[in-house]
Amino acid sequence: MRNALRLGLLAALLSAVSAHASPVGIDLPQPEQTLKPGPGVEIASNDCRTCHSLDYIQTQPPHMGAAFWNAEVTKMIKTYGAPIPDPDAKAIADYLAQTY
Amino acid sequence: MRREAGGIAVVMETGAKIDRRQWLAGAVAVSGAAVLGTTKSFAADSTVSLPFANGDRPLVQYPGKRPMIRLTARPPQLETPFEVFNEGAFTPNDAFFVRYHLAGLPTFIDPDTYKIAVGGKVATPLSLSLGDLKTGFEPVELVAVNQCSGNSRGFVTPRVGGGQLGNGAMGNARWKGVKLSDVLNKAGVAAGAVQVKFDGLDSPVLPGTPDFAKALDIDHALDGEVMIAYEMNGEDLPFLNGYPVRLVVPGYYGTYWMKHLSEITVLDSVYDGFWMSTAYRVPDNDCHCVDPGTKPQKTVPIGKFDVRSFMTNLRDGQTVRSGRVALKGIAFDGGAGISEVLVSADGGESWSPAALGPDLGKYSFREWTASVHLKPGARALAVRAVNRLNQTQPDKALWNPSGYMRNGVETLTVNAA
Repeated sequence: MRNALRLGLLAALLSAVSAHASPVGIDLPQPEQTLKPGPGVEIASNDCRTCHSLDYIQTQPPHMGAAFWNAEVTKMIKTYGAPIPDPDAKAIADYLAQTY
Repeated sequence: MRREAGGIAVVMETGAKIDRRQWLAGAVAVSGAAVLGTTKSFAADSTVSLPFANGDRPLVQYPGKRPMIRLTARPPQLETPFEVFNEGAFTPNDAFFVRYHLAGLPTFIDPDTYKIAVGGKVATPLSLSLGDLKTGFEPVELVAVNQCSGNSRGFVTPRVGGGQLGNGAMGNARWKGVKLSDVLNKAGVAAGAVQVKFDGLDSPVLPGTPDFAKALDIDHALDGEVMIAYEMNGEDLPFLNGYPVRLVVPGYYGTYWMKHLSEITVLDSVYDGFWMSTAYRVPDNDCHCVDPGTKPQKTVPIGKFDVRSFMTNLRDGQTVRSGRVALKGIAFDGGAGISEVLVSADGGESWSPAALGPDLGKYSFREWTASVHLKPGARALAVRAVNRLNQTQPDKALWNPSGYMRNGVETLTVNAA
């Protein structure tokens, strides 16, 4: 009786532990995305997609203006540590303000 | 064109999955051709137009998910198509919204070797396996809504930057797991503990990017309601919702619901990491709002949900037969519990009570039904919920610079014919 109980408990423990035995992986879609053409598009595309897909830019509200895009680029550099030199930062912000 | 999802059968039959007539407020137009198979990109083949400027989004199927509205691909941010909320009080796992912050998310997890480290100001640091969690603590269950802080940001006027979401970054599930307090008490919280910090397996791309970590006050962490969940609606958590364990913080915005939870650290000071001290903050006043276009003088970390309600069985612009029209929807708040839902058929001039559905707990979606009499013409239908603290929704949505906590009365216009 006692052994049976023990066995049952062991079985329950084993099934509880082994219920998730197989490793789980995920294959994330990586769609090709391109920014609208314009002066600075290559710098913007290359630098921005280091950390995030370009739809982060494409889905922002339209015509947010230079102050908004300057602040965004500054945030990426100062807050998130993006290694973007000043001339490139200006080119990216100008491109975004004019294009999006 | 690159394949969208390696090895995953990508099926996008617009006609089959999305019936135009079932599309509701928030998700308007669906268009595009069917693509079957796994070899073609389908990103542009089906789109949803969220009803705000630049609101076109691809409808994309991810592993473990039905077609979802994609906000961003890397890291993934997926929004629930709004008609799902008409299916019932629970949001199916395969339709539950997805929100990551950093592109360094895990893509492979072995549940046999998965560990949660519990440390910091504790008597005995712990390293808990999934088996330890499931067999070493009393299991608990709770129905609770998770909602993104920026749910509905796309509707904010004047517009603000950030993830431009419709109303689909929310969901309701039955969570099963263990009480965070039981785990902390097993480790033995030291005297002088102030906060508990939570970290997950996701990590930044660049070394200079702040890792995503959040913190709760010690009293909150020990309240017996905050949970380490390993099941969602009776199944393992979907990978993209934090498999194999996530924090569940009932009534609080999703930013605290750490996915792929891997580290719990008891602190003797207030955690000052970027995601607490700079991000996810709201104006420090009762409405958590400021005049549109202005900045708050003082801010606090975002906290509990405000009151919200939605009509789910009709969509803006829909034609209905005049006469008696049945309405149905959901309401929720930060945990006081919904006490009343009111509907209006004249744009908020007059209100009548809706019938509340089963009470699944104070943190759950509460379903409601009502019927209104519509004379022929354009009719503005509105819904407003009230909670047990007599808090309700503002007639017109309030504003803050980050577009958080939007909860104005939702109105949609139907054409009664």
